[in-house]
Amino acid sequence: MSANENKDQFRPENHANDNFLLTTVVGSYPKPKWLNRAKELYQDENHGFDEDDYQEAKDDAARLITNEHERAGLDVVVDGEMRRNEMVEFFAHRIEGYEFNGPVKVWGHNYFDKPSVVSEVEYDESWLVDEYKFTASATDRPVKVPITGPYTLASWAFNEAYEDDAELAYALADLVNEEIEKLVDAGARYIQIDEPALATTPDDHAIVGEALEHIVADIDDDVRIGLHVCYGDYSRIYPEILEFPVDEFDLELANGDYEQLDVFKDPEFTADLALGVTDVHVAEVESVEQIEENIKKGLEVVPPEQLVVSPDCGVKLLPREVAYGKMENMVKAARNVEADLDEGNIDIERGAPTPADD
Amino acid sequence: MTEYVSTTPGLYPLPDWAKDDLSDLKGHQKHDLISGDEGEEITAAYDEAREEVIGVQEEAGLDRIVEGQLRWDDMLAHPLAVHDAVETRGIVRYYDNNNFYREPVVQDDLGFSGDVANELEATAELTDGDLQAVLPGPYSLSDLATDEYHGDEAEFLGAIADFLEGEVDAFPEIETLFLLEPSLVESAPEDGQDERASEAIDQVASATDADVVVQPYWGALEEKVYAHLLDADIDAVGFDFVANQDDNLYNIQEYGATDDVALGLADGQNTLVEDPEAIRDRTEWVEGQLGVTEFETVYLTTNTETFYLPYSKYQEKLAVLAEAADLAEVTAA
Repeated sequence: MSANENKDQFRPENHANDNFLLTTVVGSYPKPKWLNRAKELYQDENHGFDEDDYQEAKDDAARLITNEHERAGLDVVVDGEMRRNEMVEFFAHRIEGYEFNGPVKVWGHNYFDKPSVVSEVEYDESWLVDEYKFTASATDRPVKVPITGPYTLASWAFNEAYEDDAELAYALADLVNEEIEKLVDAGARYIQIDEPALATTPDDHAIVGEALEHIVADIDDDVRIGLHVCYGDYSRIYPEILEFPVDEFDLELANGDYEQLDVFKDPEFTADLALGVTDVHVAEVESVEQIEENIKKGLEVVPPEQLVVSPDCGVKLLPREVAYGKMENMVKAARNVEADLDEGNIDIERGAPTPADD
Repeated sequence: MTEYVSTTPGLYPLPDWAKDDLSDLKGHQKHDLISGDEGEEITAAYDEAREEVIGVQEEAGLDRIVEGQLRWDDMLAHPLAVHDAVETRGIVRYYDNNNFYREPVVQDDLGFSGDVANELEATAELTDGDLQAVLPGPYSLSDLATDEYHGDEAEFLGAIADFLEGEVDAFPEIETLFLLEPSLVESAPEDGQDERASEAIDQVASATDADVVVQPYWGALEEKVYAHLLDADIDAVGFDFVANQDDNLYNIQEYGATDDVALGLADGQNTLVEDPEAIRDRTEWVEGQLGVTEFETVYLTTNTETFYLPYSKYQEKLAVLAEAADLAEVTAA
């Protein structure tokens, strides 16, 4: 078994197996109902529930979900993004240059507060350092920090100020770089850039790649940088994404029943693969056996030392007990596959796609 | 002398209160979207919202009043999505936008519906202004739908044209009909198809005495598609000068234009609100590029629907268009 130092820095000291399939989550997690209620009270002008109260509620929720991730057995935990409302909105509120003009339609009666970039974007106060420090203090396990990527922050906003979305994305990438420097100073070792917008406009992969160069500039190589992409036609971004300066690609694949898996077999997948092994759009907990089978799909693409195990995407829309069940079974399945690997019971041919997969 | 007419291609954003109320009344899921036989409470909410957007247009001083298409959950696919002969399936992407609609699957003869005519009747009761109807053009509507009944692409386009013709025939008196045809740009018709698209448009246009404007957007038409479109008996072609200036200008210079023209000069998808003077100047600039040609009527409009915008910005855009048209009239006189 060859080593992968960047990944092995997160290996628990008492890890039971020789093989190590790092288990983690993408980021978001269902909010406890009482947190939503606390937000309503906070927003109700006629109520005495003030900012301090709401802050306390968010702290409690962050602690609770971090512990829930621990309890599920995850090797690297997140606070479930308890302090964040929506993945663009949260950051846009913290970056100079954005303004909000009201909700816009996505589909049916589903809306989001799509912000407008009205002037040059500037770094103001830190976005996530407090969140990271709090979560890190609430657990002994390594903490991953998900950050919405600059391409998505640019694409899912109205651009009033920049020549085009690429220019805006590069400007934002410099701010993300500044934030990551601060996070690293605070002790963060695992950063995940979320770029769901890449899936809707795959032809822009070069813009995302260029933005990532800005993001990782002067960041220590030991710091693990992941890129999360979901719900797209991966054949339009692979193998080009292998040129991106990231350690890990976190990909949704369970939802499509691994139909797109072959895309990543040729040419060889040279980065680490964080494989989606549970479907976040199915409100049923997959069995441990099923998830083991899914994990083995990843071994068709990368050797065990390059494999990370994760849900397809953020689990925030699932019922909380289902989200927990998926985490728990995912960890059990990963440990089982590790043990099977240790014992030499798994024989999977890696590489070029086979013509028939049955 | 050229007449400058401020208008919009409809499909407005819901007022924010209506977004909330209708979310609560209808729900957020696929099966909660508009059915065409919605109950009293939902109808009442839409009636109130319709009245409000008519007020917005009147206050802005637009020269044409549209219904606003606030019920069109499925955007341009709406007339099929509420049709009895159509089954709606999964949520699919609306062109290259972060918007989605239900895939309408045609399963039977597309008989008369009257859904859009009813909306226009309701609008006519609320305004004395000049009424403008808005419909998807036949090519775009067929492009947005799936056919499981006719079996042949040409036959399906013909059936869509027949259907739209019947709908237009039932309209109350209108001044203008906008046929929105983004698919003519986004999935340009191939050889033969381009001619059939033009014939289908001609058929729908012939069902009304009103002025008919065909508005493609998200770019410029391919030359052949444009040339064929000019064969249809329509009053104006619309040009999306926000997305593509050069190719649109080229088409007009190379192939000429209809007697009237619609200029999409305000961006329906960006919150940056244009200056009325800038729109007036760009109108003059386009006219200047064409040399001798003088249009009888120039429609000044957003390039696309405006439902992409927050409500406040949509209101501002409408006011700018109205003012730009007034400025253009003054300058021309």
